[in-house]
Amino acid sequence: MRGRHPFLLLVLARMRELMREPEVVFWVFIFPILLAIGLGIAFRNKQPDQVVVAVVEADGSGPIVAALSPANGFVAETVSADEAAKRLRLGKVALVVVPGAEYEYRYDPTRPDSVMARHLVDDALQRAAGRIDPVKGRETLVTEPGARYIDFLIPGLLGMNIMSGGMWGVGFLLVDMRTRKLLKRLIATPMKRTDFLGAIMTSRIILVLTEMTLLLIFGRLIFHLVVQGSLWTVIVLAVLGAFVFAGLGLLVASRTARIETASGLMNIVMLPMFVFSGIFFSSDRFPAAIQPFVKALPLTALNDALRAAILEGADLASQAGRILIMLVWGVVAFVVALRLFRWN
Amino acid sequence: MDIAIRCRDLRKVYDAKPPVEAVAGLDLEVRSGECFGLLGPNGAGKTTTVEILEGILDPTGGDVEVLGLRWGGDHAGLRERIGVSLQETRLNDKLTVEETLELFSSFYRKGRPAPQVMEEFGLTEKRKAWVMKLSGGQRQRLAVACALVGDPDLLFLDEPTTGLDPQSRRSLWEIIRDLRKRGRTILLTTHYMDEAEKLCDRVAVVDHGKVIAQGTPAELIASLHGEHVVEFAVNGDAGTPAPPLDPQGLLDVSSVKSARAESGSILLTVDQPHVAIPALLARLGRDGHTLSRLTTRHASLEDVFVALTGRHLRDE
Repeated sequence: MRGRHPFLLLVLARMRELMREPEVVFWVFIFPILLAIGLGIAFRNKQPDQVVVAVVEADGSGPIVAALSPANGFVAETVSADEAAKRLRLGKVALVVVPGAEYEYRYDPTRPDSVMARHLVDDALQRAAGRIDPVKGRETLVTEPGARYIDFLIPGLLGMNIMSGGMWGVGFLLVDMRTRKLLKRLIATPMKRTDFLGAIMTSRIILVLTEMTLLLIFGRLIFHLVVQGSLWTVIVLAVLGAFVFAGLGLLVASRTARIETASGLMNIVMLPMFVFSGIFFSSDRFPAAIQPFVKALPLTALNDALRAAILEGADLASQAGRILIMLVWGVVAFVVALRLFRWN
Repeated sequence: MDIAIRCRDLRKVYDAKPPVEAVAGLDLEVRSGECFGLLGPNGAGKTTTVEILEGILDPTGGDVEVLGLRWGGDHAGLRERIGVSLQETRLNDKLTVEETLELFSSFYRKGRPAPQVMEEFGLTEKRKAWVMKLSGGQRQRLAVACALVGDPDLLFLDEPTTGLDPQSRRSLWEIIRDLRKRGRTILLTTHYMDEAEKLCDRVAVVDHGKVIAQGTPAELIASLHGEHVVEFAVNGDAGTPAPPLDPQGLLDVSSVKSARAESGSILLTVDQPHVAIPALLARLGRDGHTLSRLTTRHASLEDVFVALTGRHLRDE
């Protein structure tokens, strides 16, 4: 009697094992979303700050405080000269205004909020003193999805998860199976090795696509993230990323017989990419001298391509260079790994 | 007579400093339909030998033929016909018994349905249990069941009962006897001599990577030329210290075939205890020894191993 195809059962077994592992469910599905929530809140686009000003107690301080009304975003308080100086030094106020025939503005020019306060306060005081603007200005306020930190972050989190998921999901799994002698047990059966490796790859791809869907839906619902490019482009890039990092995971696991060694190797491989590949901040911040190295990392290519597709609506053809970098990494990793791989 | 396994001058050297010769010129012939035991202490080279026969390890030298085929030729065809239970395999913890068997069954062209195998191994009520929740005995039954899902002609069981409680061991023995009755060839390794005596048609005693004796358990025991063991201890009369007793001095006692001293006792192998014991008592009395203890039992494979190597199977 012939049951279902071994490939199908291997994929099924892998998926069942993953879903029955609470840690996996947490790291794969919940952690990226928690991270997005946390960072999204920390770096949310805030309401314009109030301008906090100290007015030195003197003749004429009353009208100044009156001119800096809370309705216009000012918080002004009349204090002694000493107190005003102290508050400025401690950063509690952005600006000190000294009344007189001329208004004196005391502030630190290296503090952007002080510079802004100086202009806003001067503007308000001049108008209160009767200045008529020759041309009226009209304001239209725009905060559009696409340029915010969360928009930058979500593709980076997706890339990061594809990397660590691939490395752990393949590398750790295989080393664990080797220490359990399960690899040895499997090759003592007529199982085809291509079925086995194919099943691991397939379960990785299923997982990556699920993660991606969750993260994008979450981004859409909570942060109104819009995927500008075609969804197919994003899917192709994610699958390619899954392939590359599964290959690197396989390479790390090809001969390693101990879990501890495998963890160490994986951290060595992943650490540079956590730092350089633009997960939380743009990799352009690194000096030009090391940019060739930064750009050659597979996660940099994946993150940049994902951002281009999600945020700028880029198509696959425009990402050919990055795709090539990933393909080279993936193919070389697989070829070397399969040559080195030890089943027993 | 059909030969299921034949290997000649099998050698395996592991790279190390210095290189370790785990198997050092081992010859073996296992006949179709028999249960054959490789008996030896830990580190004797049993597992290495079995893994070479299973096609998992490559030998350094020698010739191996399994079911008339050689590894390297028709790998897949040969794998279809053998079943393997490795020493201490830890199957996927979070798959159920049924899922595990279905998976292994799918690898074989004539894989058997999981429910049928579970029934045979008394695992039906555990079908929905995760492997990690099984007892040691149940886990080992599952491991042997996985070796049988492909309905193999030849079954390899590497230390199938090591570490199990007596009841689980007996339940596995039943399963193995049953398989043997149904005409399967079984090669098992063990360092329990009672297991080899109870299950195996023939055994090979392995030590330092070589077969040092081979035959049916009865033949091996008969090779001691005395199928009974008389074990006794003596002490002198109170006050007068006993003169030391030399075991070799007892070889001329009627019916005694061999004698050795061991941890305060003396062990004699004898053919006819009813002749040997009165003669022994007379001798001890004459020499002024007082018997403090005397037991007799049938000789076992353990005695064969000790006679051949001077060591016990489980020393190490």
